[in-house]
Amino acid sequence: MNMRGLARIALLLGMLMPGVVPALAAESPLAVRQVAPGVFVHQGAHEETTAANMGAIANTGFIVGERCVAVIDTGGSLENGRRLRLSISHETSLPVCYVINTHVHPDHVFGNAAFKRDAPAFVGHEHLAAAMLARREHYRRSLARLLGERAASGSELIAPTQAVASDMSIDLGGRVLELHAWPTAHTDTDLTVLDRASGTLWLGDLLFERRVPSLDGSLKGWLAAMESLRGVPARLVIPGHGAPSADWPSAMRDQERYLRALLRDVRQAIKDKKTLSQAVADAAGDERPRWLLFDDYHPRNVTAAYTELEWDD
Amino acid sequence: MRSKLNHFTRRAMREAALLAAMLIPQAATAAMAADGPARNVVDNWTRIRPGLFKQRSIAGDAEQMIELVTPVRAEDAAVVPVAIRARLAQSPDRYIKRLYLIIDKNPAPLAAVFNLTPDAGRADIETRVRVEEYTDIRVVVEMNDDSLHMTSRYVKASGGCSAPAGKDPAAAMAGIGRMKLTLEQAPQLNRPVLAQLMIRHPNFSGLAMDQVTRLYTPPHYVKRVDIAYNGKPVISADTDISISENPNFRFYFVPRQDGKLTVEVLDSQDASYKAALPVKTN
Repeated sequence: MNMRGLARIALLLGMLMPGVVPALAAESPLAVRQVAPGVFVHQGAHEETTAANMGAIANTGFIVGERCVAVIDTGGSLENGRRLRLSISHETSLPVCYVINTHVHPDHVFGNAAFKRDAPAFVGHEHLAAAMLARREHYRRSLARLLGERAASGSELIAPTQAVASDMSIDLGGRVLELHAWPTAHTDTDLTVLDRASGTLWLGDLLFERRVPSLDGSLKGWLAAMESLRGVPARLVIPGHGAPSADWPSAMRDQERYLRALLRDVRQAIKDKKTLSQAVADAAGDERPRWLLFDDYHPRNVTAAYTELEWDD
Repeated sequence: MRSKLNHFTRRAMREAALLAAMLIPQAATAAMAADGPARNVVDNWTRIRPGLFKQRSIAGDAEQMIELVTPVRAEDAAVVPVAIRARLAQSPDRYIKRLYLIIDKNPAPLAAVFNLTPDAGRADIETRVRVEEYTDIRVVVEMNDDSLHMTSRYVKASGGCSAPAGKDPAAAMAGIGRMKLTLEQAPQLNRPVLAQLMIRHPNFSGLAMDQVTRLYTPPHYVKRVDIAYNGKPVISADTDISISENPNFRFYFVPRQDGKLTVEVLDSQDASYKAALPVKTN
């Protein structure tokens, strides 16, 4: 059977049983948009990982130099990563020389294995290897629960072969990317990528747009990181979730308001000797109508904020 | 053209049917998995029970002595608040002697054993635990007459990116042994007063294995907490890796006179940490 035939079958099966045909569905490239010359982004769906979206819920993409390509985040499953690899092949025949992981969360890195054949350098924060190690088993079980054991198989977290302690530049041939590893903020593994040529700043989950931010590191650290980011001269920013924006640093406004409300209310709850459970029920509830997936992440954010702030004097 | 299309369609349908037949068993499995694993495929409790309680009989009526409060969903797999609230006062004649906190599906199911005296006043305990997956959380109450009573709550696992491991292990390690011991209420003579103990400790589970070296990170966790008032034991706890990073306990004690609340913590590497709090009633 020819490729078109296979693609048709994949489509048919995909409609009948979404998520059950990873190998075949993987043959369709992920939709990407060229947001700046040589900079391509797939905007993830504002959803939780399901068998229907196969983990394609985060922003992923790539930057094309004269010599080779850097991938920035590979998506939430092997299939997600394979479809991104296909999108790259559609745009360029240059090899993939770098896979950059912006942080440890599974919706950003579970597509790593799709790039093994390219034998790229895997680049990440200096804490990424340890974070992957500590979370690997739990993330694997969680993905199997969400996608089904078969569909989840082959999705792997690949530890960085190049660790970034603070700053590092990589050259794609006539195109230099500046990487910066942040102190604990959204997670303890946040890495940003600045493409000097286009002024595009890839923020990973240091920025959420429309989807409620998820706090898995340090609330105070995240607010501090946003303060420093404000000074980065970016012409375009790519959030980890949501639409790219040229409105910088205003693009951080909503997130900053949310995180400051969280800080204020959780501090007050602790001062009032409310327990963790009581704080979860009350804090920053007025932010609810402003965000997608609020109930899925906000209680956890309050928990993270509380367990951080209760140690303040 | 038309017949060619028909030919293609027929052939595609045949291939599709064949593939579907091969894949449908997985479809069924995937659908089940999405709803969460079946609860009683492996009954972990049956496996753990003999090691903890041998053949002793356990009544299912612990709700008469305590209320077990857990969230329906573990919002954060690393920090799930669990509260045990006593329905009876600790009196010398009748009191809760021991509370076993068990998380059936965790790698180390026995999270903690709390040993209580009548001097606690109330056998209320609140702590935070790690929850690996969909599981029953259960409490076995041992009364001072040695009888055992049980209750349990089902807790759903957390969402995709939450993990039982700590958020910032480097920060937790940096402050190891620091404690905060506070009273949550103004203390009154001969009345149970609520206190909180916070222990800065990574409580490393030691479960993560390096895929390259095949070595486990050694576990490093708080294994024992002793709380006394004026030198007399109030509560002690034997704890394990299911307790969250930076272990946290809320408990009661009864000040019979002004004095000092003291805490001694021992970890799995035999490091010990001490804290004390003067208590002055009005």
